[in-house]
Amino acid sequence: MVEVLRRIGVDLDFLGDQTCCGQPAFNSGYHSDAKILAKRFLSLFDRDDYIVCPSGSCTSMVKIFYKELFKNNPEMHEIIERVSLRTHEFSDFIVNVLKMKDVGAYYAGKVTYHDSCHLLRELKIKDEPRKLINSVKGIDFIEMNNSDSCCGFGGTFSIKFPDVSVSILDEKLENIINTGAEAVVSADMGCLMQIGGALKRRKIPIETMHLAELLASDRG
Amino acid sequence: MGLYRHDFNKESDKALKDENLQKALRFTTDRFRERRKTAIAEVDNWEDLRSIAREIKKETISRLDTYLELLEENIVKNGGIVHWAKDADEATKIILEIALNGKVKSVVKSKSMATEEIELNHALNNAGIEAIETDLGEYIIQLAGETPSHIIAPAIHKTKEDISKLFSEKLKIPYYTEPEDLTRIARDKLRQKFLMADMGVSGANFAVAETGTIVIVENEGNARLTTTLPRIHVALMGLEKVIPRFEDLALFLSILARSATGQKMSSYVSLISGPKRKSEKDGPEEFHLVLLDNGRSNILASDETRESLYCIRCGACLNICPVYRKVGGHSYGWVYSGPIGAIISPQLLGFDKAPDLPFASSLCGACKDVCPLKIDIPKVLLELRNRVIEENRKMNRVGVRTFESLGIKLWRLSMQSPRVYMALITLAYYVQKLWNRGNGHNITLLPPPFSQWAKNRDLPVFAKKPFRKRWDEIKDEQVWE
Repeated sequence: MVEVLRRIGVDLDFLGDQTCCGQPAFNSGYHSDAKILAKRFLSLFDRDDYIVCPSGSCTSMVKIFYKELFKNNPEMHEIIERVSLRTHEFSDFIVNVLKMKDVGAYYAGKVTYHDSCHLLRELKIKDEPRKLINSVKGIDFIEMNNSDSCCGFGGTFSIKFPDVSVSILDEKLENIINTGAEAVVSADMGCLMQIGGALKRRKIPIETMHLAELLASDRG
Repeated sequence: MGLYRHDFNKESDKALKDENLQKALRFTTDRFRERRKTAIAEVDNWEDLRSIAREIKKETISRLDTYLELLEENIVKNGGIVHWAKDADEATKIILEIALNGKVKSVVKSKSMATEEIELNHALNNAGIEAIETDLGEYIIQLAGETPSHIIAPAIHKTKEDISKLFSEKLKIPYYTEPEDLTRIARDKLRQKFLMADMGVSGANFAVAETGTIVIVENEGNARLTTTLPRIHVALMGLEKVIPRFEDLALFLSILARSATGQKMSSYVSLISGPKRKSEKDGPEEFHLVLLDNGRSNILASDETRESLYCIRCGACLNICPVYRKVGGHSYGWVYSGPIGAIISPQLLGFDKAPDLPFASSLCGACKDVCPLKIDIPKVLLELRNRVIEENRKMNRVGVRTFESLGIKLWRLSMQSPRVYMALITLAYYVQKLWNRGNGHNITLLPPPFSQWAKNRDLPVFAKKPFRKRWDEIKDEQVWE
């Protein structure tokens, strides 16, 4: 992400004190733990800059679910509004804020794209990653069947109900393999861990790539 | 709630290993998804219809007492009798009493999830009254002694071959394999039951308050027969099914049929306003409407989860759900399955009976997008998860969740301190070498509870130099111009 954003002229800073937005606790029902981390995130990031995050899931936590988490804490609403307005998922930032599609990437190969659930259904970001992928020079982009269906990760769901999770994943892998792509691209670490974890375990030679990795690529 | 089974992992494990079920689930949910998609594409203003329907339901539920009283008033005006049942026991008692007063020996039933919810057949049988399900799917599962596995298609877990075998064994007939033959046999058997029955029991898809009309949609004609042939008709309906005005009905019929089966309109829509009138030749002599609460007013009392009551039981969320598609209906342990089951079962039954259900979702949100009433199921799931955790905390119960809450707390504490966080990921880099029997690029073994991950999936290795250390080296590099 650093490489891509610098390539297109973005001045970057990284706050070394940042940790987690609190989503794992929130999604598991531990709201008081989540609130502590959410407050920490909000005060750390309450600055004038744009906040860019390479994950649909973390971004939707900040932009959508912080309001839910603090629905009974009106004193928090202002800071949430302020921070969440400036927070953007990586592809959303490039396409909708910077109004760019071609970031000067080169990748000679066939790739497919998996829509991560939170990016697609919470943040409604569907076309942005596709625009960026299609603008990569040399790329052969192919849509998979049901690209918008869940990969089965779901955070702690993947550990609480491992067999159901992997069974959902099986169908996702089937759709990925059927495209004949050599790499599957997505914009969420959770999905990539889930999909990549099974591809590796089964020794299936398909690479998993974050959208930022693809856009950083200049391999011929 | 005797049939309640609550170990989601255990139940779903059976389903995952059942190859026939896996095939049936995939085939049926694909077909339902496809049909729904086609049916809503025919409507220009589908999103508007959803919004209008939601607004109507929202207003109705917010003044539910008023609308239910209006409904009662109008049903009574039409010559019907209205009963209020606070729970399953009371509803069963009311229906049994109607049956005993009417000297009922046999009952025919059209499809009704509410009667499944109160286990009415069981109670009728115990009282020596025969109760026969007349919807083909329900008839099949009644013969098999099972419960519905889908809100609108109760027998989707059964293949054609399963049904051939079941019919031949239970009905003592030759082994027929053609669906046409099987349907003909069911129809012959059921026609006799219809003619003999003293009482018909149905559910209700909607009840129109201003006219005192209950509305039943179906595709087989069995509900029409159930509600017109026997001399007594009893309809059991959850409190939330009321709609205010007759003019609202067209909208609800359309969104229900399109979302459920992908039809423009169901084959049969019966509008029933009371018993037979003096001028009429057909119809029952008595008409009873039983309004079932059974936990619904608890949902009504909660601002956070009230929208669970907007549901019109179309089943679209089941068909789109990646979890339902794999585990089927029975894994959810009660009559309501899929995403809607995961939110209403724990609220109607209590968390002690359904503690797993709010967690049995990947929160992918596909259900919210297909719901004709735009019920934000993921949001309600998140709220219920929090309630489960809070309830556990208050009761100080020791169990798996004690370890989980301790784990979350330790994790949260480490996330509050960048230094601890840094130390942990550095430590993880060294520790992973002990566990790692993989190729050096992936972790293949993990300690519990993460061992559940590593059973079927690798994990990327922790970096030797975490990003926050690398950042110190690259932060002063020039922006490319």
